[in-house]
Amino acid sequence: MVEPVISHYGPRAYDDHPPFLYADYRSTVKRSPTKDLIQIVQTLSETTGPGPVLAELHDDDADMTTNSGTGGQAIGSRSIITGRVLDENGNGVPNTLIELWQCNASGRYVHWREVDYPAPLDPNFLGVGQCKTNTVGEYRFVTVKPGAYPWGNHPNAWRPAHIHFSLWGPSLNTRLVTQMYFPDDPLFEFDPIYRSAPEHSRTRMIASYDHTVTQENWALGYRWDIILRGELATPVEEDH
Amino acid sequence: MAKLGQTPSQTVGPYYTMKLKRIPLVGSDPVAGERIRVEGRVLDGDRNHIEDALIEIWQANAAGRYRHPADTRDDIELDPGFTGYGRFAVDFMTGRFAFETIKPGQVPDPEGEMQAPHLSLVITSRGMLNHSYTRMYFADEAEANAADLILQKVPPERHHTIIAERDDTDDMPLYRFDIRFQGDDETVFFDV
Repeated sequence: MVEPVISHYGPRAYDDHPPFLYADYRSTVKRSPTKDLIQIVQTLSETTGPGPVLAELHDDDADMTTNSGTGGQAIGSRSIITGRVLDENGNGVPNTLIELWQCNASGRYVHWREVDYPAPLDPNFLGVGQCKTNTVGEYRFVTVKPGAYPWGNHPNAWRPAHIHFSLWGPSLNTRLVTQMYFPDDPLFEFDPIYRSAPEHSRTRMIASYDHTVTQENWALGYRWDIILRGELATPVEEDH
Repeated sequence: MAKLGQTPSQTVGPYYTMKLKRIPLVGSDPVAGERIRVEGRVLDGDRNHIEDALIEIWQANAAGRYRHPADTRDDIELDPGFTGYGRFAVDFMTGRFAFETIKPGQVPDPEGEMQAPHLSLVITSRGMLNHSYTRMYFADEAEANAADLILQKVPPERHHTIIAERDDTDDMPLYRFDIRFQGDDETVFFDV
């Protein structure tokens, strides 16, 4: 019999994440903590979190090409995105809600603040969706590949195509907000948000094209695994 | 086995409200505990408001139990109408947030002593490449605060940044809690 694990999570790998202050991304300059974080022991407040209850209360809405409510289909390169949510120990993270948002194939977001970029809205695309991982941590959703779009960080600044991911995982410790990128994007070398992640870890944010996921006469396939912090403790095998 | 590398964090960006909608902690359904209101602003290094900050709250119920499988203390009842989770985008024009909840009960620390009542908060926004963790404690819990294992890690002169004052002027108790990202009175952020 495997005893319930007393959860205790390994540390956040600060060397794998962007710094809080990354001056090339100008908005970080005034929005980053300047005092040292205070390290604390993990209590139940940190080893629990809203992930399980969010998964319990939310259903999948995993086809962004058809969920606009118009009955029409979104314009763009239809794409299947699939992969696994894993912890650092390689265990699948089951039953976790992944919330998703993105711009349309022209690079336009459906958001009231998006006013400067004269790209068309797609009446059949909202750019939002969500899906849950299954019992072994696999997720899958369908969308159209987002376009690149300009932003005001520096002259002629363009964001590479990306999809926003928000997930909690099992605990407060495992919270992750990130962006998934598409392979071989020529804008990577010009984008300070992508480049804010250290060189050795930033490629973890790039999905790979997977021809086994691609469906004939239907959609291109991409695979992307997401790695969350994992527990330090391992289950103890008791006498049978 | 070699560990897999953690997926790097990225900013939530300016458009997250298209998906990460408001989730209230309490609504019209009855929830056990003292109903309270929390108000504050999120401020940057120039003390300008951060117009697109996202505040997420995680807390125990009034009896001190988390709705989570890792909280196995079955002798403490869950409250069916209370998840313990809320999320709120600040007001774009003012950086202000306001939410209602119930004052949480006490939860033990790993040494078996009781922590003071607290809310766990996660803050992120455009211009933040990582989210930040903090806690909100209650000024009217002075005795419990003095014994709290986590507060004991915080230099006393910084306690005021995470202990919210109580205001009983209106019908519902109000706690004021500003979140400041830089400066002498920068909010205490935790490495959890």
